[in-house]
Amino acid sequence: MAFGTNDKVLTKELAKQIDLILFAHDNDGSKLVGILLDIQEVIPNHYIPTEVAYYLADKLDVKITTIYDCITFYSSISDKPRAKYPIQVCNSIVCKINHNDNLFETLKELLNIDLNETTYDGRFTLESVACFGGCDVAPAVRVNGKVYGHLTTKEKIADMLNELI
Amino acid sequence: MSKAVCFMTKNFGKYDVKSIGSYMAIGGFNALKKAVNMTGEEIASTLATAKIKGRGGAGYDMGKKWSQAKSVIADNKVVVCNADEGEPCTFKDRTLIEHDPFNLIEGMIIAGYTVDAQNGYIYLREEYSHLRPLILDAIKQAKTYGFLGENILGKGFNYNIHLYSGAGAYVCGEGTALVESIEGKSGRPRMKPPFIKQCGLYNLPTCVNNVESLSLVSSILLDDEKKYLTYGTEGSVGTKLVSVGGNVKNPGVFEIPFGVTVRDIVYGLAGGIVDDNEIKLIQFGGASGKIATKSILDTPYTYEDLRKDGVGVGSGAILVVDERTSVIDFLRTTQEFFSHESCGQCTPCREGNRHIKLLLKKVAESTHTTADLASMRKIAKIMAMSSLCGLGETAQSALVSAMKNFEEAFQIK
Repeated sequence: MAFGTNDKVLTKELAKQIDLILFAHDNDGSKLVGILLDIQEVIPNHYIPTEVAYYLADKLDVKITTIYDCITFYSSISDKPRAKYPIQVCNSIVCKINHNDNLFETLKELLNIDLNETTYDGRFTLESVACFGGCDVAPAVRVNGKVYGHLTTKEKIADMLNELI
Repeated sequence: MSKAVCFMTKNFGKYDVKSIGSYMAIGGFNALKKAVNMTGEEIASTLATAKIKGRGGAGYDMGKKWSQAKSVIADNKVVVCNADEGEPCTFKDRTLIEHDPFNLIEGMIIAGYTVDAQNGYIYLREEYSHLRPLILDAIKQAKTYGFLGENILGKGFNYNIHLYSGAGAYVCGEGTALVESIEGKSGRPRMKPPFIKQCGLYNLPTCVNNVESLSLVSSILLDDEKKYLTYGTEGSVGTKLVSVGGNVKNPGVFEIPFGVTVRDIVYGLAGGIVDDNEIKLIQFGGASGKIATKSILDTPYTYEDLRKDGVGVGSGAILVVDERTSVIDFLRTTQEFFSHESCGQCTPCREGNRHIKLLLKKVAESTHTTADLASMRKIAKIMAMSSLCGLGETAQSALVSAMKNFEEAFQIK
């Protein structure tokens, strides 16, 4: 067992879910990126806990360094707990010139958090990400895979948040 | 009058994207049926006649690519569809998959048949994860109908398509980084040679094509009247998908015949500028593309004319920025993007991006000196010459073109 794993997230149920995901990926270590993404989706806080990383290393016979190489390299995979609804605000050029600064500020105000922080109830995290191709509906956010666009006013932003919960 | 055409987008909205039956009802898989009665060389030469250039951005001759892939002697080969559309302001591949997924599958099967591959891989960026079910379902239905699997259409051709997901890394759009990622590793580009056409995914000869390139194949093969050749100009034949965004009234994806002017696209199709503002700059081909002043509006959108004016077609993105944004702010955002997306493997790209970012900050604060400008030019040149992959080579395209076209923005105060 690794150092610093106080998080007991790997319950029997989760292990079963992970095994199913591995089975769907033919227990093939070369499908690691897809496996990590799928696991991240079933974990409520959308991240890869240390325990899970070691569990995968064991199950797939892949070095733990390879697993962390992927986790740390790819922006869509996280080793830190996130909120139930991570709000990813596009910070690339098209959204920027369509005033995503207003979007950032309004979200901070409505959620009462800063960038990369989580609300007290663990529901929302505010993240800044690179272009996800929602340029035709800029400024846009992406939450758990779904894109919400044209977020130009406080009303529209509040509506988006209400739709999530 | 609209300047848009419907050649590769002709199926948009014409069938139920969830049903192979409805795709076949409008002539789907006829191109594949025709293809399996041709040789790989014939198919490649048909593409060469249509002078199709790869639509990912590099613009490599597609007929040549396929005939080279065909001529490689190996027991196993693979086809890869690059759906890692990461260039900011590029969303044409997303549109193609959303509206015509079976056409992409058909194009990939024809690619596999042409180059004698056994497997095809679609590498879809994580940001488009909402399209995964659509593609998986299309693959499944194609299998049920015998267009994938063993002995396809009774021609002894065995071929399967697999869907792989990216995980949010722009650099994975680069061919060798992409195959590293499919192999379950971090997406750091490989040293070249060997080139992936000889030794790529799982060390097999690999033929990588963009979504738009593959989506063109069926229409070209069925184009008996050579309608495609009537579009465009002599140097740039046919049509192209452009994705127009930024401060325009009607951002979106349009299929245009090569040769319409940039003005036709920006003011005609995209509806002009928000609040009728003046244009500050236009960037072509995504973040790695060059920028031009509004004097480019009357240039025809073709490979050769854009090159003459110092920009390029690239991914087909056209980003229009109005006067409310300064050139330096624009460059700093682009620089932020590359500093974030550089994989850090090779020194010129990793360190170059870092230094340019610092120097641009000085320019923004008007504390820069002549020596700083010279440093920027020098670093940009070193990056373009000695980076390991296309990311580092093109990261400073916007900056270099800005220093040429917007000299006043760099003036020392």
